[in-house]
Amino acid sequence: MLKIAVCAKQVPDTDIPPSQFKVDEGALRVVPPAGVPPIVNGFDMNAVEAALRLRDAGVECEIVVFSVGTEFAMDVMKKPLAIGADRLVLVDDDASESLDGLGTARVLAAAIEKDGGADLVLAGRQASDWDQSQVPIMLSELMSAPLVTLVRALSVSGNGSSSEVERVAEGGFQRVECPLPAVMTVTNELGEARYANLRGIMAASRKQPETMTLDDLGLGDLANSKALEMTRLFVPESESNVEIVEGEDEADSGRLLALKLREAKLI
Amino acid sequence: MSDGVMIVGEVVDGGLHPTVRQLVNAAGQIGESSEVTLCLAVDGAFDGGCLEGIGVGKVVLLEHPDAGSDGIGGVYSLLTELVCEVVGRLEPTVVLVGKTDAGSVVSARLAARMGAGLASDCIDLALNSHGRVAVTRPVHGGSALAVYEFAGEGLQVVSVRPGAFEVAQSVAGTPDVERIDMSSVSASGAVPVLVETVVEESEGVPLEQADVVVSGGRGLGGPEPFDQLRELCGLLGAALGASRAACDAGWVDHNHQVGLTGKSISPTTYITVGISGASQHMAGCSSARNIVAIDKDREANIFSHARYGVVGDWAKVLPAFTAAVAELE
Ligand SMILES: Cc1cc2nc3c(=O)[nH]c(=O)nc-3n(C[C@H](O)[C@H](O)[C@H](O)COP(=O)(O)OP(=O)(O)OC[C@H]3O[C@@H](n4cnc5c(N)ncnc54)[C@H](O)[C@@H]3O)c2cc1C
Ligand SMILES: Nc1ncnc2c1ncn2[C@@H]1O[C@H](COP(=O)(O)O)[C@@H](O)[C@H]1O
Repeated sequence: MLKIAVCAKQVPDTDIPPSQFKVDEGALRVVPPAGVPPIVNGFDMNAVEAALRLRDAGVECEIVVFSVGTEFAMDVMKKPLAIGADRLVLVDDDASESLDGLGTARVLAAAIEKDGGADLVLAGRQASDWDQSQVPIMLSELMSAPLVTLVRALSVSGNGSSSEVERVAEGGFQRVECPLPAVMTVTNELGEARYANLRGIMAASRKQPETMTLDDLGLGDLANSKALEMTRLFVPESESNVEIVEGEDEADSGRLLALKLREAKLI
Repeated sequence: MSDGVMIVGEVVDGGLHPTVRQLVNAAGQIGESSEVTLCLAVDGAFDGGCLEGIGVGKVVLLEHPDAGSDGIGGVYSLLTELVCEVVGRLEPTVVLVGKTDAGSVVSARLAARMGAGLASDCIDLALNSHGRVAVTRPVHGGSALAVYEFAGEGLQVVSVRPGAFEVAQSVAGTPDVERIDMSSVSASGAVPVLVETVVEESEGVPLEQADVVVSGGRGLGGPEPFDQLRELCGLLGAALGASRAACDAGWVDHNHQVGLTGKSISPTTYITVGISGASQHMAGCSSARNIVAIDKDREANIFSHARYGVVGDWAKVLPAFTAAVAELE
């Protein structure tokens, strides 16, 4: 049986209007609008979907979701379980907030190892909070495993020793053969995660996540030894100077816009 | 000033990737360009002609017969080994890499192997009072900016957003060039193998070079309206762009996507139709000089970035706009 680890991060909802995006400059934190719950990072749901498609294609597999964070919203983090992942492992620790990318990769590597390792690690191409796109790449290095980034399609050969991958590349795509175990990052081109059905949601609600702390992994000091530290967080000023072109009706506005742009030599 | 700044540059088709001369400028923010070392992985065919006028102190060519192809050690495994090897030998304090497809992989693997921090996708660099690098990078899709500083004493790895820095001016003469035979280096252990690269025929004018870009979003409601955008592109000699929402819906191919995880464009005129202006979309067009928006929602964020706008239903605005353009041409 193939063991697939999916790395999934809880992040603030990315679908709020930019005008509602606020930060606390003192605490160096984002302040989500009241009542808006977090989400599972979008690309990480694409990674869950990639794992489920392998199962659909007949690959016998166990799918375990790993997440490092704190203040987990349990109904949010159970989404992968509701669409078919088997288990959820949460490294739940206040200190995880201040880890840098390498620190997070170390924690994920340790958690996956403690859980018995994995034949395939799937992650998102980047986390939409800090947009670092580095954790899984570092993870591949720490695990000494081959890496394929920006995966849009994936299959595993019969005995689970190798995989065929399509990755997004400049101006097209690449076909890559990758031995397993490997680490891969998944992009939205793979396709959206499926919806949960009622049975899936019920099954997920009965499952309990397994939790651990940084101390449990022997990494209690990690947050104190980080290489990179955020020292400022702010929303840049922007001023609007839009000229709204208004004609007698919408068609007339369109026509006037064309004249305006020509006059300004923009077209 | 930080000594030992190394740029890891990319070579494409025997020439320098456009990011290389941007990195020279970025390096100038944290040290004397004349003391910067530029490393390039090259195969035997590289003649160095493209190094003319590049303002760095020294160029190190990492020669490997397979450096020009990614067939052996696909997804940049060989490149990673070459870079890790030279960083081990030259021991720079800062490594600068472009945040390209290759640069993303190489920078993160290098940092992990050296136990170093990586500041990725940076748009500005400076030195703090301890002589360590402080970077500015967009976060949360570009909704905010963050400053990060390197702590401790170890290697500092920085990837720089393509286009964030201007291309450095040429200087007189060519720099010192040292060739290092790296043929004994190989991507060790299990590595991915590149089977083939498929270049997908992209329609129309290439986005990155276009002076005018016309983009459609979810507001268009389906694939058919994109034909109207194509018609307009034809009239304007413009390239066709799209939001991720439109690409994910399958209305238009993903290689038209503009934004944080799509293409970065810098046209004179960027016309958007039915695009709300999410920060992740704006991240790809922040260097467009004039944004022109057609959207039915006056509150849409795109209008706070636009120079000109029409508030209305595209189905009524666009045909009249296109007809007027046709008349003007
Ligand atoms: C990590 C991450 C990376 C991302 N990368 C990108 C990226 O690279 N590029 C990108 O584009 N997005 C990206 N996104 C997605 C982004 O957050 C938005 O979801 C997306 O840009 C929205 O696309 P849209 O503006 O077309 O759709 P919407 O936000 O739904 O906007 C549709 C607009 O159409 C207007 N409209 C509707 N009907 C009409 C009509 N009849 N006439 C006129 N106007 C109409 C509406 O008023 C609205 O303003 C990313 C998201 C994340 C989390
Ligand atoms: N705290 C975390 N917990 C679980 N997975 C993570 C975490 N941080 C990053 N990842 C994974 O790494 C990917 C890239 O994250 P990043 O390098 O932070 O942009 C994400 O899409 C996740 O799959």
